[in-house]
Amino acid sequence: MTVAKVPRETLANALGADGIAAELAARGHDVVRTGSLGLCWAEPLVEIDGIAYGPVQDIAHLDAARIGPTDEIPALSRQHRLVFDRCGRVDPFDYDPTPIRAHLQRQPADILAEIEASGLRGRGGAGFPAHIKWRTVHDTPSDRKYVVVNADEGDSGTFADRLIMEGDPFRLIEGVLIAGHAIGADTGVVYLRSEYPLAAEIFSEAIDTARGMGLLETFHIELFVGAGAYICGEETSLLESLEGKRGEIRAKPPVPAVAGLFGRPTLVHNVITLCAVPGILEHGGAAYAELGVGRSTGTMTFQLAGNVERGGLIELPFGVALRELIEDWGGGTRTGRDVGAVQVGGPLGAYLTGAQLDTPMTYEALAAIGAGVGHGGIVVFDDTIDLVRQAHYAFAFCAHESCGKCTPCRIGAVRGKETVEALIASERPEVELAIIADLCDVMEQASLCQMGGMTPIPVRSALGLPQGGD
Amino acid sequence: MDQAALAHEIAGRHLDRIGGPITALREVAAEFGYIERAHMEGVADAFNLTVAEVRGIVGFYSDLNTEPRGRTHIRICQAEACQSVGARELTAAAVARFGAGLGETAADGSVSLEAVYCLGLCTSGPAATVDDRIIVRATPEALAP
Ligand SMILES: Cc1cc2nc3c(=O)[nH]c(=O)nc-3n(C[C@H](O)[C@H](O)[C@H](O)COP(=O)(O)O)c2cc1C
Ligand code: SF4
Ligand code: FES
Repeated sequence: MTVAKVPRETLANALGADGIAAELAARGHDVVRTGSLGLCWAEPLVEIDGIAYGPVQDIAHLDAARIGPTDEIPALSRQHRLVFDRCGRVDPFDYDPTPIRAHLQRQPADILAEIEASGLRGRGGAGFPAHIKWRTVHDTPSDRKYVVVNADEGDSGTFADRLIMEGDPFRLIEGVLIAGHAIGADTGVVYLRSEYPLAAEIFSEAIDTARGMGLLETFHIELFVGAGAYICGEETSLLESLEGKRGEIRAKPPVPAVAGLFGRPTLVHNVITLCAVPGILEHGGAAYAELGVGRSTGTMTFQLAGNVERGGLIELPFGVALRELIEDWGGGTRTGRDVGAVQVGGPLGAYLTGAQLDTPMTYEALAAIGAGVGHGGIVVFDDTIDLVRQAHYAFAFCAHESCGKCTPCRIGAVRGKETVEALIASERPEVELAIIADLCDVMEQASLCQMGGMTPIPVRSALGLPQGGD
Repeated sequence: MDQAALAHEIAGRHLDRIGGPITALREVAAEFGYIERAHMEGVADAFNLTVAEVRGIVGFYSDLNTEPRGRTHIRICQAEACQSVGARELTAAAVARFGAGLGETAADGSVSLEAVYCLGLCTSGPAATVDDRIIVRATPEALAP
């Protein structure tokens, strides 16, 4: 009997993967439901005895969709997969807990040292060194400590958290268990956005399976599904939400590592940050640190999206040029037109154009041009983009998502939106542009959190205003 | 049972859960289609909160709707990756076709439209949902109930 791998993943399912799996089973194939390989342009991607086909529309005409042996697909073999090594390859529930049991035998001090040596930085947006947070939680005395997983993934152009939670949920459970062991926590809470129902279903199944394997005897993992609020991706808003309240931002300090969930020391990490941890322990922190460039160590799960021919997840060491991702990996725009602008790092990220596309993807190189890596989302627009309209959207989105706690953001975003409208209708745009530049400075300097504080980044880049005025 | 008691009963299942009030309100909205004042009273009572606090929670989260939806509920992604492949044009066409703006229900109650900000399907936009169905590379025709 031949083995047929069919993803059980939101995009592949939306494109008919369930039906394809049923048909292949009816034809006598031994069907295995895997995650997605992240080659989203080829979904539904079916693998039969090692040969990949995609996008599969009709299994009666599989050969028309033949890609070739999965191991030889350049878009896959040229990646450096540490986080996504298993995803899409295997049935995630066919899980061997031996390696995680071994990791959990190691001394916390030893694990903390590996994380420090790896140079791992947070993948949720801010890029803060992980080991500093781990040590702070570890060193803060408390009757109880928490690991909180940020799976709110609100940035447009991002889907890495979803792909790994659907395709390799045990990788996240491993990351949580290792972190909990290292910092002395006994509870992990996953904050998952409500827009991801299949991820919730699969991750819940994985928690049950892990419990059945005896992996959760001294550690409790709970899944919480959000209720639709971008701002709840910000860690203090997320903690308020987990406490059952409105997701209003907390002033820092204290940082969550000192006083987080229910006032206890809490390690908050993005899904992908924690999913990098098992690989770091397996290969060693030093080996991880050798990948990438300077202080941007290891691999980044770039997500290529928007108006692009071959969108998907691309895991590579930091340092690849943005243009290479868009042109070589992505094959240019889906509409076939020239690239007009690229927004990197979600709705609070910069619109980049022209020579900026030659920037290497590292925290430092992007910061130098007033941009950021964020969660690794890359949204391509063709040359029909209307950048003034994108500036309007950036203010409108901030107005829509603002938690309302501080004035520069709550009022500023609305005024900004109105001023861009005035700009569009204006005879003397320099007047409105000066007001917008001023407003951006106020929002950047006086907002309580980065929602208001970073909205100026997409606005200024879209309008050609200089970043970081003072 | 009256609506407050029904909501109280749902809330009772989530008293010890992290984020319990929000999960309870999500379930109330799913069960009854929307959240009315009596539901808020029931949830407030169960969690020992004031009705004002519960109203504050309901007002904060976009999933916690306080108005009934159409027989078919359509959400269209408005975020950047979908904008880059025509989400604005799709939304305009849907508004014209179904006779409801974003956040509104058609006069005959057939369809309600809602804005959503990213469904994590950003390689394959415009993305939308029609009740529980997920639509990628959406066209106005594909959104029909
Ligand atoms: C408005 C806003 C939204 C955010 N959304 C997310 C999110 O969806 N996912 C995430 O992991 N981090 C998000 N962050 C960053 C978190 O506040 C926090 O830095 C992160 O969860 C820490 O984890 P890390 O160290 O693994 O990056 C957001 C921040 C802001 C200001
Ligand atoms: S910047 Fe906006 S989201 Fe952040 S605290 Fe102020 S009002 Fe809330
Ligand atoms: S931006 Fe529409 S699905 Fe992500």
